[in-house]
Amino acid sequence: MKNKHVNAIVIGAGAGGGVVAKELAVSGLSVVLFERGDWVTYDAHNDDELMSQRTHPFENPFGPDNKRHRRVFVGQNGNERIVLPFEYPFNNNAACVGSGTVSYGAMAWRFMEKDFLMKTSYGHVEGSTLEDWPITYQDLEPYYEKAEWEIGVSGDHTGNPFQSVRNMPYPMPPFAYNRDGQILYDAAKRIGLHPFPIPMLRNSVRYNGRPACYRMRTCVGFACPVNAKCGTHNTVIPIALQSGNCELRTNCQVAEVMINEKGLATGIKYFDENDNGHIQTADIVIISCAAVETARLLLNSKSRLFPEGAGNNNDWVGRNLQGHAYTGASGIFEDEIYDDVGPGACWAVGDFNHDNEGIVGGGVLCNSFFTPPYAFTRLRPPGAKQWGLEHKEFQRKNYKRISSVRGPFQEIPNFDARVTVDPEVKDHWGIPVARLSGQRHEYDRIGCQFMSDRAEEILREAGAITTWQAVGGRGLSGDQHQSGTARMGNDPKTSVTDKYGRVHDIDNLFVADGSLHVTNGGFNPVLTIMALGFYIGEYIAKNWNGGSFTSK
Amino acid sequence: MEVKRREFIRQLCFACGSISLIPACTSEISTWRFLTADEAKLIEAITEQIIPADQDAGATDARVVNFFDRQLIGYYTRHQETYRKGLQNIESSSLKIFHKNFVNLDWDQQTEFLETMETGELPEAEWEGNEQRSFFRMLLDHSMQAFYGSPRHGGNCGYVSYKMLKIDYPHVIGQNRYPSENGNTNLKAS
Ligand SMILES: Cc1cc2nc3c(=O)[nH]c(=O)nc-3n(C[C@H](O)[C@H](O)[C@H](O)COP(=O)(O)OP(=O)(O)OC[C@H]3O[C@@H](n4cnc5c(N)ncnc54)[C@H](O)[C@@H]3O)c2cc1C
Repeated sequence: MKNKHVNAIVIGAGAGGGVVAKELAVSGLSVVLFERGDWVTYDAHNDDELMSQRTHPFENPFGPDNKRHRRVFVGQNGNERIVLPFEYPFNNNAACVGSGTVSYGAMAWRFMEKDFLMKTSYGHVEGSTLEDWPITYQDLEPYYEKAEWEIGVSGDHTGNPFQSVRNMPYPMPPFAYNRDGQILYDAAKRIGLHPFPIPMLRNSVRYNGRPACYRMRTCVGFACPVNAKCGTHNTVIPIALQSGNCELRTNCQVAEVMINEKGLATGIKYFDENDNGHIQTADIVIISCAAVETARLLLNSKSRLFPEGAGNNNDWVGRNLQGHAYTGASGIFEDEIYDDVGPGACWAVGDFNHDNEGIVGGGVLCNSFFTPPYAFTRLRPPGAKQWGLEHKEFQRKNYKRISSVRGPFQEIPNFDARVTVDPEVKDHWGIPVARLSGQRHEYDRIGCQFMSDRAEEILREAGAITTWQAVGGRGLSGDQHQSGTARMGNDPKTSVTDKYGRVHDIDNLFVADGSLHVTNGGFNPVLTIMALGFYIGEYIAKNWNGGSFTSK
Repeated sequence: MEVKRREFIRQLCFACGSISLIPACTSEISTWRFLTADEAKLIEAITEQIIPADQDAGATDARVVNFFDRQLIGYYTRHQETYRKGLQNIESSSLKIFHKNFVNLDWDQQTEFLETMETGELPEAEWEGNEQRSFFRMLLDHSMQAFYGSPRHGGNCGYVSYKMLKIDYPHVIGQNRYPSENGNTNLKAS
């Protein structure tokens, strides 16, 4: 049966796609939202550590599955191999309705003014593609606010003296600190830093018809058993569906965007849950597959006008793959500091985001989420024995005495860290897979060392008797914070989309996800992706003239 | 508070449908699924070295070997050959060095053997086609998964590792900080 033509196709029901689908559907456009995964629930996985989206020795509970999906990973030594989703070099986020927003840690950061003006603030960094965004923090501010209120954020709007100007408080009060949070918070204060409660996409009070968080220890990596975590799956996507204008098609793998002889997108080709191929046509196509898969889909969409893939005539699609170099330190305390008030992370300091002598960018530091027992077996000072009685003694003695301070360092984008499509390897449906290659910019290591030093200082001040660092910043980036592969910009020669996420030279093809990020901020990225979704969704809806979408 | 908590457990059981308070690992195993009886004994001896019993349960008490057997026909089917070969390599190395099977070595000999394997210094001739250090790392990692993971995967019988770490289980106990009447999260309740 032939699919009925619709106004808009949104590909990917994650952070960006969920928001755009809702914005368009409530504005009256007919929408089909495609998702390769399915709905997932807490009950299917509960709080099983081996079935978490953070630690997944078997498979990713929130997708994608090992059977049908794969990528090619090119290591630092040039060796390449096929990787499956449960392996770390796959650089996964998630694949389900809501994607990462179901199982995330839910930190809800706004980037700062300077995060949108990295080139202006720091000048050229050798070997990098550091650049300003084509939009400013002020452009995005109203959309950050929408994300905070429509999806739901708990926080103290006066907490961070370094944040950029905001118009409204958060809709919910902040979470109180747990025991180790309080100890580290006090220490950070004593050394002159400015700690404050982390804004969270979690209900601190009843909100939007869903209950308050009851602070269990397992949260990040899992769905919420009482639905107190706020993602696109329990906010904007249900609203889109209730509008009557949006159909959600789950278990559908989109293979290609079709581009016609006029350089316009006419629709997509996809496979349904029974592997049957279909075509869906639309007036507008929006890609929100997250940075790796968005680049792959663009590159796999070849046409006469775009022989190297949609929007790729200047070879910028898939370039500048970024994520975050996570870095920090851990410490063992004399007394127990663990009180089982989850999920752990509760304060942050913004002191190391910008304006630190000699540091380009920087990043936020937070106390970390609780480490569950299996993952804890790897949390050791350098040289510690991994097994035998010493192992057991360490676990028993220190499980409630260790705390870590960590954060995402803003990576310096580089042109050679990239997604291409592999010339040979194909997935279950015969679609060429993503191939990841390149490395982080060497500067990231310096920035990470700076942040790890600061993290260790806080732990020591708090009374940790043994401390050690885990310094990030090497290898290829991507992963849960993947971004940058369809950079927005004013110059079509050095970017993939314009400042509204519209692919250069294809008037009715948009991108709305982390791929757009010119730089990825020194913060977890999801609130910025949601804000971009509101901003792009509104732009499309406003400029919609009831027919083709070709006007500039 | 106590009443409320019990009520909550009851609701949770309803919500999850099939929460069984008797972990699957306690049912007796008459036959192994993948392992031979000798392989099972060998894994039990190795994993008991990795996580020995002391004042708290060790790998044998936690039925860690059951996890290996289950996962080798489940998620770790792809490791079947590595295990089959690797366990043989361990036996032949042990016979070569001590003229005894690994399970019959003294405790300290076993420890020394595994330390040597960890650093890749067992006689290479016995390890053709397999890498001793990476096999050791795999045994170590899977032991930790078995001992600290959920009992539903075959190990951590009776949540013994959680008891050792003094973390509450069933998890619901940690949830006494339950939203109070006015909908606020009551942090002081614990
Ligand atoms: C455990 C975990 C913890 C995290 N914690 C935080 C945090 O605390 N704060 C924060 O800011 N961020 C966090 N993140 C990251 C956050 O989830 C991501 O930044 C965000 O979801 C990315 O948004 P996106 O729209 O770019 O892509 P996604 O949200 O990943 O959405 C992409 C969707 O597209 C679908 N898709 C892809 N290809 C296709 C195709 N060909 N056909 C059909 N569908 C397709 C995918 O299945 C997916 O559902 C976390 C993520 C995880 C997994």
